[in-house]
Amino acid sequence: MYNFTFHRPTTVRQAAGLLARNPDGKLLAGGHSLLPVMKQRLAQPSAIVDLSLVEGITGVELKGRSVSIGAMTRHADVANSPVLKEVMPGLAAVPGSIGDPQVRNRGTIGGSIANNDPNADYPAACLGLGATIITNKRRIAADDFFQGMFTTALEEGEIIVRISFPVAKKAAYEKFKHPASGFALVGVFVSKRGPDIRVAVTGAGANGVFRVPTFEEALKKRFAAKSIEGLTIPASGMNADIHASPEYRAHLVGVLAKRALNKANA
Amino acid sequence: MAAVSMTVNGKAVTGDVEPRTLLVQFLRENLRLTGTHVGCDTSQCGACIIHLDGIAAKACTTLALQCEGSSITTIEGLAEPGGALHPMQEAFREHHGLQCGYCTPGMIMSALDIVRRNGNDLDEHLIRDQLDGNICRCTGYHNIVKAIESGAKNMAAK
Repeated sequence: MYNFTFHRPTTVRQAAGLLARNPDGKLLAGGHSLLPVMKQRLAQPSAIVDLSLVEGITGVELKGRSVSIGAMTRHADVANSPVLKEVMPGLAAVPGSIGDPQVRNRGTIGGSIANNDPNADYPAACLGLGATIITNKRRIAADDFFQGMFTTALEEGEIIVRISFPVAKKAAYEKFKHPASGFALVGVFVSKRGPDIRVAVTGAGANGVFRVPTFEEALKKRFAAKSIEGLTIPASGMNADIHASPEYRAHLVGVLAKRALNKANA
Repeated sequence: MAAVSMTVNGKAVTGDVEPRTLLVQFLRENLRLTGTHVGCDTSQCGACIIHLDGIAAKACTTLALQCEGSSITTIEGLAEPGGALHPMQEAFREHHGLQCGYCTPGMIMSALDIVRRNGNDLDEHLIRDQLDGNICRCTGYHNIVKAIESGAKNMAAK
């Protein structure tokens, strides 16, 4: 990888200052997406700002009717959080399915969301629950945050601090895990919180995570797999690569949505 | 160059490294601890697994500077000073849990992390599931799984 300068701030403010002084700098969270990309020389940051010593941006807390997760919370710590497993096991299952145990020991929720890999799991959970991404500058609704593959609403120098997930009574995630990479070939997160029903899909779309309004509408009558029986989504706009065709991915969206609904209702 | 200091296998160490130096390079090239291997260099194979502050991590996907002030354990830190093998190492020997041995340090460091997270009574299904981040191209995993199950039990007995 190309060389860079390395910085270890201890506050969000210091980190923001370092980014302002290093316009080509990048934040380093768990490093399990950024470092591989730097090794391939696909990214060439002039400075790395390591967030691992920044105080106050880790941990899982129940705040009223929301679960607030610090941006630097590792996947393993979210997956094993007793409070999250109790109030919303469907969300706790998402980081438990990422990569392998060592990746889960290092990777973070904030890093995953900021990267917005089109096959990552957390974007589906954020969009599928209507989460709010809280940065050092503002609060961004998940519906506005994810803007296409590897693209988010984050501005220069903006740092994700926490992610707030409303607690949904019913929530579940199902993914077709790529056997080698562990990424979602397709992943579907479903939730029901009062009248708010969401179906969010990762891995399938050529432009990253998306919602399925036709499924959501059909589920308003009854939040059950039966309600979307026979419904399909078009293959146009689906991703195509050596792993799966657009038609296959579109098919998997329906299959996994039904499985997720069964899990959410179990 | 930047100064880095950490504890490796109980000993305080320091070094002068480029910021881009990976932890695995620092261990192998600066400290000459060559038990930690580089298999794929893409965070897939697990030959480089070490314990970073007690938790298994891939040293090929960690910068040395990220470990400033941390405590690292490598495969060289497991056996007793007199040379007696750690029960998990002994179990790999006993069950012939290796052929070429390239993946073995990572397998053993991973196995100890499985014990840390799941206790000493492990079943085959759990071991295979938890070895997701380790690749062996010789053995077909059968004896590795047996070794981990037995090594975990022997650790409790010790």
